[in-house]
Amino acid sequence: MARLNVNPTRMELKKLKQRLSTAKRGHKLLKDKSDEMIRRFSVIIKENKRLREQAKLMLSDALKEFSSARALMGEAETENAFNMPSTQLALDLQTESIMNVLVPKINVQETKRDGMPYSYALVTSEADYSVKKITEAISVLVQLAVVEKKVQMLAEEIVRNKRRVNALEYIMIPQLEETIKYITSKLGENERGALTRLMKVKSMINERQE
Amino acid sequence: MTGKMAIIGSGDNILAFKAGGVDAFTVSSPEKARETLRKLAKEYAVIFITDSFCRELSAYLKRFNETAYPIIIPVPDGEGDLGMELLRSAMESALGVDILFGREDK
Repeated sequence: MARLNVNPTRMELKKLKQRLSTAKRGHKLLKDKSDEMIRRFSVIIKENKRLREQAKLMLSDALKEFSSARALMGEAETENAFNMPSTQLALDLQTESIMNVLVPKINVQETKRDGMPYSYALVTSEADYSVKKITEAISVLVQLAVVEKKVQMLAEEIVRNKRRVNALEYIMIPQLEETIKYITSKLGENERGALTRLMKVKSMINERQE
Repeated sequence: MTGKMAIIGSGDNILAFKAGGVDAFTVSSPEKARETLRKLAKEYAVIFITDSFCRELSAYLKRFNETAYPIIIPVPDGEGDLGMELLRSAMESALGVDILFGREDK
């Protein structure tokens, strides 16, 4: 591991030690964050899978109904039946924070109307069912959308966090440790050099005095 | 804050979504879908896209992962299941292991 390019002085040593302790603390914190994010992530993906299966079933059901409704009615009537929303889904958009990742949160408010928004005379019962089913499917789809977005955002954050942890663990911390070791040994060597020089000088002085 | 929903797709089937208060946009090609999406992204909170278009635009869709809104998700249109694939790839990149679908593979 390459050591940092610094002068082997006491001041640098002190600075590096400070940086090392910060890096170690940061590493621990990030690792904890990563663990917690993964725990939450695994809960959310299970939810996501369940919702997606449910949504898929409901949707294919609704679309089947829709195509038979289309087949049984004229073009204009179909358009009439489906153009007006029978229930208004109001989405109340909010955000919540999961481990400091801002994820969407939607409260779905359904305002039901009485009956269907078209005349019953022209529209077959298939269309009625279809309209009802599609409305239900959409509210599930909205929930799914929120959960899916959470999964994508969390996944990205986990990857990013992992990269940070690894950079600290395998690059930053070893580098700092290596450099600290180098400076300590260099300083020790200088000290020993100075000591032997002093001893030598002392013995020379002693010799001259005799 | 309240938001609107939209769906982008190719077939007539997406017209059914209108009954649920979703604005439907019919497009014929992935390029058109992309253009429509760019316009809609500013206005709508939730945008559904049918699987086949979503697959074509997956690179473009990545940029929406940065912010909470708009939410863009694929809806199944009969061929394959892109949502599950995305879920799986997200899981694999984040966890490194497959904890949901493992049993089905064996």
